[in-house]
Amino acid sequence: MLRVKNINTYYGQVHALKNISLHLNEGEIVTLIGANGAGKTTILNSLSGITPPRDGEILFEGRPVAGLSPDCIVDMGISQVPEGRQVFKDFSVEDNLELGAYLRYRKREKKSVIRKDIEDVFELFPQLSGRRNQMAGTLSGGEQQMLAIGRALMARPKVLLLDEPSMGLAPLVVQEIFRVITDLRDQRSTAVLLVEQNARAALKIADRGYVLETGKVMLEENAYDLLENKDVQRAYLGRDKKEIWER
Amino acid sequence: MKIWDPLYECMPRADLEQLQLERLQATLNRVHKSVTCYRRKFDEAGIVPEDIRSLDDLSKLPFTTKEDLRLNYPYGMFAVPLREVVRIHSSSGTTGKPTVVGYTKNDIRTWSNLVARFMTAAGVTRDDVVQIAFGYGMFTGAFGLHYGSETIGASVIPMSAGNTEKQIMIMQDYKTTTLVSTPSYALTIASRMEQMGVDPKSLSLRVGLFGSEPWSEAMRKEIEGRLFINATDNYGLSEIIGPGVAGECEYKCGMHLFEDAFIPEIIDPDTGEVLPRGSVGELVLTTLTKEAFPMIRYRTRDITSLNYEQCECGRTMVRMKKTMGRSDDMLIIKGVNVFPSQIEEILFAIEGCEPHYQLVLEREGDTDVLEVRIEVTENIFFDEMKKQKAFVEKVEKRLHSVLGVSAMVKLVEPSTLPRHEGKAVRVIDNRRR
Repeated sequence: MLRVKNINTYYGQVHALKNISLHLNEGEIVTLIGANGAGKTTILNSLSGITPPRDGEILFEGRPVAGLSPDCIVDMGISQVPEGRQVFKDFSVEDNLELGAYLRYRKREKKSVIRKDIEDVFELFPQLSGRRNQMAGTLSGGEQQMLAIGRALMARPKVLLLDEPSMGLAPLVVQEIFRVITDLRDQRSTAVLLVEQNARAALKIADRGYVLETGKVMLEENAYDLLENKDVQRAYLGRDKKEIWER
Repeated sequence: MKIWDPLYECMPRADLEQLQLERLQATLNRVHKSVTCYRRKFDEAGIVPEDIRSLDDLSKLPFTTKEDLRLNYPYGMFAVPLREVVRIHSSSGTTGKPTVVGYTKNDIRTWSNLVARFMTAAGVTRDDVVQIAFGYGMFTGAFGLHYGSETIGASVIPMSAGNTEKQIMIMQDYKTTTLVSTPSYALTIASRMEQMGVDPKSLSLRVGLFGSEPWSEAMRKEIEGRLFINATDNYGLSEIIGPGVAGECEYKCGMHLFEDAFIPEIIDPDTGEVLPRGSVGELVLTTLTKEAFPMIRYRTRDITSLNYEQCECGRTMVRMKKTMGRSDDMLIIKGVNVFPSQIEEILFAIEGCEPHYQLVLEREGDTDVLEVRIEVTENIFFDEMKKQKAFVEKVEKRLHSVLGVSAMVKLVEPSTLPRHEGKAVRVIDNRRR
C-alpha cells in the first residue's frame, strides 16, 4: 500500500535519513523503534510532507507522494497525529474534529456524512462524547491524545502516522489508546505506522517493526522476533540491564 | 497441497522485491557496523552500504568465500556477541580447519520455519512420523529437519545415521511415514529390506526428504520404485543456514528458493560476472534475515540455474535446478564434504610421501567407496611387506580421522598413474549413473 525506497532527508546540512526503504500493508501496524535522534519522527514527517525528502521514492497505492504538499498527501489518504497531540486548545472538541475534515468540507462533501464520522469518533472514544462542547485545552492529556487521533481520522485516512501517542500518559490511558489503534487495524483495515518510546508496548500490538540507528534501518523483522532479539531487548526494552551492568 | 507460509511463499514479485531491498539494506548496515571482515572488504571496494539502492546494486559488493570463513576462524564472521548465540555448527573445511557458523534464538526459529516450508511442500503434515537418519552432531542436516518437523507438529524420531537393521525395525514398529536421509542411504535401506525379506509396501512410509548430496532423476525413480514413496529434493548449506534454502513442491520442477530470506545470483565462476536470468553458473547467496551469521554474496561453488517462471503450485519464489556439479573440486562422499587438497595435505604430512596420488570413487551397491592410490617412490619403497602394510594402515587411519569417511589406500608402481601435461588426474569418479 505504502512503499518507500531510498529516501534521504536533511535538516539543513544534517543528513537525518540515509537511504530509508520500508513498506506498509493494508491492515497492518508497523512500528519504528530507535533511540532519540535515530530518525523515527523524521520518517513520519517525510511521509506526510512536513520535511520532504531530498530524494528517493514514496509510492502510495502506486502513486508518487514525494514532492506533494502536506494537504495533498492528506487528501490521498495519509494522516499524521503529531507528537504532543497539538489540538486547538481554544476550540471545542467538536470543532477540532470538524477541522480534521477541513479538506472534505472544501471539496463540498455532504455535511451529513461528515456528521456521521464525528459520531463514529465519539463511538470509538466514548470518553470524548460527554465533552463534545468543552474547550480542548481543558481535556486531560489522554483525552487530548484521543482527540488528536479522532481529528486525524476525520480525514478518512487509509494510513495513519502516529507519533508517540503514549507520551506522558498514565498506563491505563495508554492501554485504551492502544486498544483503539488495534481496533482501527482490525475493523477498518487502517494501516498504522507507529512511533513509540514504549517499544515493548508498541511491539506487542504491532505486526512488524523496523529498528533505526542514526538515520539507517538496521533490522526489519516481525514484531515477535524483535521482542525476542537480544540487541533490541538490551537497547530499547530495558531487559538484561542488570546482567550487563553488573558484570 | 498445503503451503506453510503463503504470505511470503506466494508474495507478489513486486512486494517481494521491495522486502528484499529493505532487508538487504538493513543487513548491510548491520554487517558494516559489526563485522570487521565485511567492513574491510567494503572499504577495499570503496563501497558504503548507502551505495546499494536497488537489488541490481548487489553486484557491486565483493564476494565472500570459504577462505574468508577460514581466515576468520572461529568467530570472526559473527555479527552478534557470542552470548547471544545459542547454537554453533560447523562443516568440513578445505584445509584442516572447519568453518564455524552460529545461530541466535531468532535464527533457530527462522530456520525451523524455512524447513517447515519445504517439508510441507513435500507433503509432510502434523500427522506424520518423521524418522531422521542423518547424523546428528556438528552437521546442520539432522537438526534442521528435526526443527522443521517439530514446527509442523509431526512426530520426530531422531534416529541418526547408521545401524540400518534397527532403522528398518523402527520404521516397522513406530509406523514411520517420512524418511529423512541421504538418497544413497535410502537405497541402502531398500537393499537391506530386500535381504531381510521386509516388504516396503507393508510399511507406512510415504514421503522421503533427501539431501546433503547430489542425486539424479534416475536415482529418484529407483528410490520411489523400491521404497514406494514420494522422493523429494531439498537444498541448503551450513554457511547459509543449513537445509531450508530451497525445496521441491509437489510438481517437482525445481526447488523453490526462499527469496524472502535469501537473494540468489548466478555467476560465471571464472570471471565472477553475474549471468543473465536462466543461465547455468555458480550459485551465490546473500542472507536477508540471519542475525548471528549473515552472509553477503557467498560463493556456494554449486553449479545450477534459476527459473523465474511462475510455478503451478502458487508459490512465487524462484526455482533452482538440482545442482549439476561444483565449480571447485569438492567431492561429496557418503554425504561428507571432501576436498582433494585435504588428502594431499595428509599425504604431505606423512613422512616420506610425495603427493603423486589419485582418488578413485566407486559406488559398490549403494555405498560410496573411496580408494586412494599412491605412487611408490624411493622414499617409501619398502622391501618388507610388513613395513608397507604398516604404512598403508597409518595413512588409512589418518585419512579416516581427518576426513570423517573411510578410505582404502593402495600403493602402486612409480609413474603408473596417468598424467596430463605433467599434471596428475587427481580424481576419477565412477559413481555417476
